[in-house]
Amino acid sequence: MSFLEVKNLEVSFNLRGKSLKALQNISFDLERGERLGIVGESGAGKSVAAFAILNLISRPGKITAGEVLLDGQDLSKLSPQEMRKIRGNKVSMIFQDPMMTLNPVFTIGTQMIECLKAHRKISKSNAVKIAIQKLKLVQIPSPEMRMNQYPHELSGGMKQRIIIAIALLMDPALIIADEPTTALDVTIQAEIMALLLDLCESNNVALILITHDLGVVSQVTQKTIVMYAGRIIEQGPTNEIINDAQHPYTQGLINALPQQTLPGEKLNQIRGSMPSLQDIPSGCSFNPRCDFVLDICTKQRPEFTQSGGCSVACHMVKAMKDAEKGHSAYE
Amino acid sequence: MSNNQQSVVTDKNNGVEESILQVRNLHKRFDISRGFLDSLQLKGGKISRKREYVHAINGVNLEVYKGEALCVVGESGCGKSTVARTIMGLLKPSEGEISFKGQRIDNLSNSQMLPFRRKMQMIFQNPYASLNPRKTITETLEEPVKFHNPRFSAAQVKDKVAEVMLSVGVDPNWGVRFPHEFSGGQRQRISIARALTVEPEFIVADEPISALDVSIQAQVLNLMMDTQQERNLTYLFITHDLAVVEHFGTRVAVMYLGTVCELAATKTLFSTPKHPYTQALMSAIPRLDAKNTAHIKLTGEVPTPINLPSGCVFHGRCPHANERCKIQIPALIVQNDGSQVACHAIEENRL
Amino acid sequence: MRDDTITTTAKNPSLLRRFKDSHLWHSLKKDKVAFASFLVFILFVSVAILAPVLAPFDPYDPSSIDIMDSELPPVWQEDSEAKFLLGTDAQGRDLLSTILYGMRTSLLIGICAVLLQCFLGVVVGLSAGYFGGRIDSFLMRIADIQLSFSTLMVAIVVLAVFQASFGAELYSKLAVFMLILVIGFAEWPQYARTVRASVLAEKHKEYVDAARVMGFTNSRIMLGHILPNTLSPLLVISTVQIANAIISEASLSFLGLGMPVSQPSLGSLISSGFEYIFSGSWWITAIPGLVLVVLVMVINLLGDWLRDVLNPKLYKD
Repeated sequence: MSFLEVKNLEVSFNLRGKSLKALQNISFDLERGERLGIVGESGAGKSVAAFAILNLISRPGKITAGEVLLDGQDLSKLSPQEMRKIRGNKVSMIFQDPMMTLNPVFTIGTQMIECLKAHRKISKSNAVKIAIQKLKLVQIPSPEMRMNQYPHELSGGMKQRIIIAIALLMDPALIIADEPTTALDVTIQAEIMALLLDLCESNNVALILITHDLGVVSQVTQKTIVMYAGRIIEQGPTNEIINDAQHPYTQGLINALPQQTLPGEKLNQIRGSMPSLQDIPSGCSFNPRCDFVLDICTKQRPEFTQSGGCSVACHMVKAMKDAEKGHSAYE
Repeated sequence: MSNNQQSVVTDKNNGVEESILQVRNLHKRFDISRGFLDSLQLKGGKISRKREYVHAINGVNLEVYKGEALCVVGESGCGKSTVARTIMGLLKPSEGEISFKGQRIDNLSNSQMLPFRRKMQMIFQNPYASLNPRKTITETLEEPVKFHNPRFSAAQVKDKVAEVMLSVGVDPNWGVRFPHEFSGGQRQRISIARALTVEPEFIVADEPISALDVSIQAQVLNLMMDTQQERNLTYLFITHDLAVVEHFGTRVAVMYLGTVCELAATKTLFSTPKHPYTQALMSAIPRLDAKNTAHIKLTGEVPTPINLPSGCVFHGRCPHANERCKIQIPALIVQNDGSQVACHAIEENRL
Repeated sequence: MRDDTITTTAKNPSLLRRFKDSHLWHSLKKDKVAFASFLVFILFVSVAILAPVLAPFDPYDPSSIDIMDSELPPVWQEDSEAKFLLGTDAQGRDLLSTILYGMRTSLLIGICAVLLQCFLGVVVGLSAGYFGGRIDSFLMRIADIQLSFSTLMVAIVVLAVFQASFGAELYSKLAVFMLILVIGFAEWPQYARTVRASVLAEKHKEYVDAARVMGFTNSRIMLGHILPNTLSPLLVISTVQIANAIISEASLSFLGLGMPVSQPSLGSLISSGFEYIFSGSWWITAIPGLVLVVLVMVINLLGDWLRDVLNPKLYKD
């Protein structure tokens, strides 16, 4: 049994009496210390997936099917009280906007000590010690001084470091990071990503990294999930996905990066845009934007096909695999 | 590559490239002092008024040549957007001059500025805020046409709007809709269409794709390149994304804390970045291929532009800084390959 | 026919059609309280407008009044007369007709005073917010000064001075205008502040920059681009302000500084009946009072609903 197993997770939102499926059929495994990237554009459902794993979906959303097994315990069935014990303890989350986690009216120290005391029976002096130790871990200069500062006195990069320190407070086994560096500058972004990677590696922490940046995913993660319109369309080892993407959408995403085209030439674009949840096309949800549409694509939803280490939900890939098999059988 | 360097130099010598916009010694300070009474303070027995400024731009010189795409790159707070907004007259410069085709424009009144508004336009960063939510697309696009061509008949206005909408790939029949009915990419197309309605020669694009998804970024960037060719446009392209610059820019100006630290032809900059900040910036781009190759780590954070560091603004984070860097501000010096770099270490051949 | 309407609406939806498709109409239909308030409000307004047609008597016409009919109770009580549905007041006027006419005056004063407030407030708030700096400080300090006088105090002083210096006769002719002016001037800072706050928020949005880059004139940007985006909060406070203005007018009339007895508003009607309330003629005060309370309440309920609909972020989290 894997450390984290997500099975057929489904999330629906109720909007004006209609039920919209924001997430469907999400399944993946994660081992201890393994790093997984979830890639997709806005509206693909990657943040919903993160929230669903932590059972944080709030009304009008609801987990309508599936299970999230962390060490065999189904998080999706836990009560809010039980879930609170898991969150911040075994699992931590890092958000894009540091101010979602930091309360502007308390000092950094107060917030970190609060957090420790909420989860453990611990004396204040011990809590301070742990907090300072974690601040040192994220390479914050003069941590004792930072403890008495308010969030607004710190720069963006510093805030994100503190968020990581808070996430590490309870020595979690899994960190879920939702676009942790998107709001930061390029040079700071690189530092924070390197730090996060280093911390996960040295403490054997599993990481789910949610991002739209394929470059970041390729540098940090071992496994990648590509999402489109609330579904996984391709998953597998990161290097296989980056170097030999099978699904036309993944290929499109990679080829659309400016570095994939010679300077001055037209970029490879994917036409159209992500459908809204109200009108997801029938069949394969990517079919209106796909260059390789077959007849079946508009009618039937593709099942996963194994291709190398990846599973791909695409009729075209399946057809090609079948043709290959048929060919080899013929020989 | 050497050919390319050569061509930049010779072009300049022959004066082939016609300069369309000049920015001379531009400074912009924002007064952030509190109200009159709050800012009073006792100093040495006297009451004085303490003033605080954000030094957003500190002596920027730029020249944009006709038909090129000059990219301005830098991290947030480096003043690149302020440069764009000052050029467009949305902000008044504190010091310095801006001229468009030889005519000074930074000291003009609104009405004197009007003829230049037709020639210079702007595309904004946030497609969700740059369209008036209470106006339909047609209303948004027709207004500038009517305003700048008061003699146009209703049919002419309609034709113009339809032409522009088609050229950015938006169906003119969607004109009756409101902005909130469009996706981010479509809105950005409409923003571009709005800028094109007055047939400008020069467009300032302030991070036009940074709020968009990857696949949509490519669409918008392609559209901008197509319109550049079709309409013979000149761009000043503000961005923080070096990958886009490499693809899009003719020349690149790298900004840090309100100063230009390196200015070079795109190819030259990407093959031989010289300024230590440029080098760090380039190594920080997450690449698909090589895993974490030789990432140059910068220490420290970007200083605030309220209390500017003395000397070179980068010295606090620069691995090559020495005493001179802390005292003297480096000037942009032309290098052999035609690029301009503001760095004492380069000047002294320490780098 | 059906096809026809669909294509035309797709091309250029009429205002009514747009309203019917809008979020506003949908949420009004869903919210029962708001819908009921809306119906009552529409009923009151149309009854007030149609008062000359609907009212059985003309209370402004002295020849139709007979002093012998005074203080007759409503029809469900003893000693009543069938032609006076809600009874009569101390001067023998039919109470129903007087209430209809009075509501007309009250609504007229309330709405016109709010329009005046709105105009002044929008002009001041828009210029303060858009130009900023010293203009802003100057205009907003004036607003602060105005706010520090209570409406009633200003009104009492102005109206009393006017009555004393020009006499009651001229006053009774100009009473409606005077009340509109006084209430309008006393409460414009509410609007100015609200408009200024939303202008400050809107001013920094990129569509305003885009308009400036286009070279549009300041007045065009202020009126054509920024103002339409500040309308939702204006609409919300307008409902509250109409209710407030009606109450202000009623209070002034009750104090004898409002509408003269010959052209009663709801307030002066209440006030005129107050003397008789202990002699058993409770209806002269109670029935117009009830109408006033219901009118103000439905307006406030509508305002509450509007605020919820137009500010979903603020109230639905």
